[in-house]
Amino acid sequence: MSDIMPSDTAPIGSLERSLQDDVLVQVDNLVKHFPVRGGGLISRTIGQVQAVDGVSLTLKRGQTMGLVGETGCGKSTLARCIAGLIPVTSGKVAFDGQDITNLSRRAMQPFRREIQMIFQDPYGSLNPRRRVGSIIGDPFAIHNIHDGQKRKSAVQDLMERVGLNPEHFNRFPAEFSGGQRQRIGVARALALRPKLIICDEPVSALDVSIQAQVLNLLADLQDDFGLAYLFIAHDLEVVRHVSHDVTVMYLGRVAEQGPRATVYDSARHPYTAALLSAAPAADPEAAEARQRIILTGDVPSPINPPSGCRFHPRCPKAQELCGRDEPALETRLGDPASHLTACHFPVQDGEILARGSRRDPR
Amino acid sequence: MTVNVTELQFQAQAAESAPALAIEGRSQWQLTWRRLRHDKMAVASIVVILLMALLAIFSPVVAALLHHPVDVAYPTSGLSAAGLPVSPSTHGFPLGTDNIGRDLLIRILYGARVSLFVGISTTVIATVAGVTIGLVAGYFGGWIDTLLARFIDGVLAFPVIVLAIALAARFGPSLLGIIAIIAFFSWAAISRIVRGQTLSLKEKEYIEAARSLGAGPWRIMFLDILPNLLGPVLVLSTLAIPGAIVFEATLSYLGVGIQEPNPSWGNILSEAQSTYQVAWWYVVFPALALLITTLAFNLLGDGIRDAMDPRTERIFAAGGKAAKKRRRAAAAAAAKPGPATPSATEGN
Repeated sequence: MSDIMPSDTAPIGSLERSLQDDVLVQVDNLVKHFPVRGGGLISRTIGQVQAVDGVSLTLKRGQTMGLVGETGCGKSTLARCIAGLIPVTSGKVAFDGQDITNLSRRAMQPFRREIQMIFQDPYGSLNPRRRVGSIIGDPFAIHNIHDGQKRKSAVQDLMERVGLNPEHFNRFPAEFSGGQRQRIGVARALALRPKLIICDEPVSALDVSIQAQVLNLLADLQDDFGLAYLFIAHDLEVVRHVSHDVTVMYLGRVAEQGPRATVYDSARHPYTAALLSAAPAADPEAAEARQRIILTGDVPSPINPPSGCRFHPRCPKAQELCGRDEPALETRLGDPASHLTACHFPVQDGEILARGSRRDPR
Repeated sequence: MTVNVTELQFQAQAAESAPALAIEGRSQWQLTWRRLRHDKMAVASIVVILLMALLAIFSPVVAALLHHPVDVAYPTSGLSAAGLPVSPSTHGFPLGTDNIGRDLLIRILYGARVSLFVGISTTVIATVAGVTIGLVAGYFGGWIDTLLARFIDGVLAFPVIVLAIALAARFGPSLLGIIAIIAFFSWAAISRIVRGQTLSLKEKEYIEAARSLGAGPWRIMFLDILPNLLGPVLVLSTLAIPGAIVFEATLSYLGVGIQEPNPSWGNILSEAQSTYQVAWWYVVFPALALLITTLAFNLLGDGIRDAMDPRTERIFAAGGKAAKKRRRAAAAAAAKPGPATPSATEGN
């Protein structure tokens, strides 16, 4: 932790100064630990799940930051911390230049209008007992905007904007398909004209043709309203399609971060390289030519993460240094200043990684 | 193959009426009511309850028609030469008379007013209190939950009758007192179930969505969680009504509830003890009124529970003689061309 901090904050601090007007969200060294309590009559904390452990990122106005990583790497926890849904252990979240870390519910209220969320599960995120008009009108009701006929017409405008039949405002969520339900979620997020929408795997529960429709809708809305997205996904191709910048997370830490083009074309972190090599390619020849890096073992427990570089037990390039020293998140191998990698032995351009890891996973 | 024809006709009808229904989605309540309407037991229960309620409301009218006010005794026509109650339909007493020669029918009808009023009002109070406490305990969690949950456990652990008698004796028997006592012992069961359901519902993603929109805890509890609980709560409350009616009858029977000369099914039964060996009607009719009313509420509660559960739709759809005939025809049709023919009514 101590050795990651200086190099971690320096480049982002300078970035903030140069792009002050462009920066919408600034996350500094965010830490979220969940206490693990033991059983028994008096429960005491016996450990910490280090869900997010020192993550920094910068999201620019009207742009999309893609956030990728395996299940359990802390992507969703990070999103919930930024949205102010769960308290932060330490670190700072700034929105539009104002510190919104751990605000009370009342103090957070004005920012709720600016930050909205779209959830992964189009079935779980809509209340099955409420009519769609009432669900989409909820943001208006909560923030006392419009009432009666005006609210209804605002809701119907939103439904039309996201491609739903406005006549269906009286229906229940169960009467819609998965894609339509996700459009309902988008309409709800859009209602207050936010500046940021956090999309927590918005398309992973949808089938591929519907994914494309929803992604195109999100892209159109970004153009029309100047929205910024924090876009969480498993699917690297989806992230490549929508993002301006990409952050790759592994076990609560940032492995690699930078503009989409440089991260995808010259992945420096072996983990990023492995993820990219595992993503299915549409072109069969490209798929044939690709060298797949198969990672062995599972993600280690975030309660007791590995020492040094958290990826080292599974890394094909790991050496003794990796288990000892935490690599700093910094510019490597003459990359542009915005492309940061946390690796002692970054992947060279054109380098072919060994298949799998020789070490036993712990 | 007859089944396929009827199924097609049904679908055609559904398609015809579809445009009218295209905008308005059916709510859970509309669907529940549609299913409940086809449950004969439940419909019969509703009829019985409504009838009992009408009789209770119009008991003064009945009394006026029979010229037998509720608290007037008829020592000459209402009692036999030996001073015993007269049997049903003698001297113009449809259900006979009681110990001192009052019209038993009128007494029972006035008793229904007490029973239904106590049953429904205590249930309303217990439901409102139980739901609110359960929601608060479940949603806020932490020490609030610990405190309320232990309180719920405490109330449920009381020896109810003993304490109720003690309380009634302490505060004196009155209608309000009885309602307060019964309500106090009824909310906890509802609370416990609401709390459990709230604990699981608050983890749903749509609750998180509401929080991310800035909804406060009360808004989430009553607008997002409560609508999902109304089904079980309605069933619980319907089933709590007969419990409260019996509770009131018990207290009145034990002499700490409704007091003479005001009639209640409980105190009529209590008085009947001295003469039931010669006047069977004195026990049978008030007991029957109690039995029929509580049974009707219990059956209605069961019916609502079944109607709430979408899995029971098939049972009601296949119920009735016409459907049975259709099913038999379907089975016969399916047997002829071979087992592979799918049968529309039996698909599940």
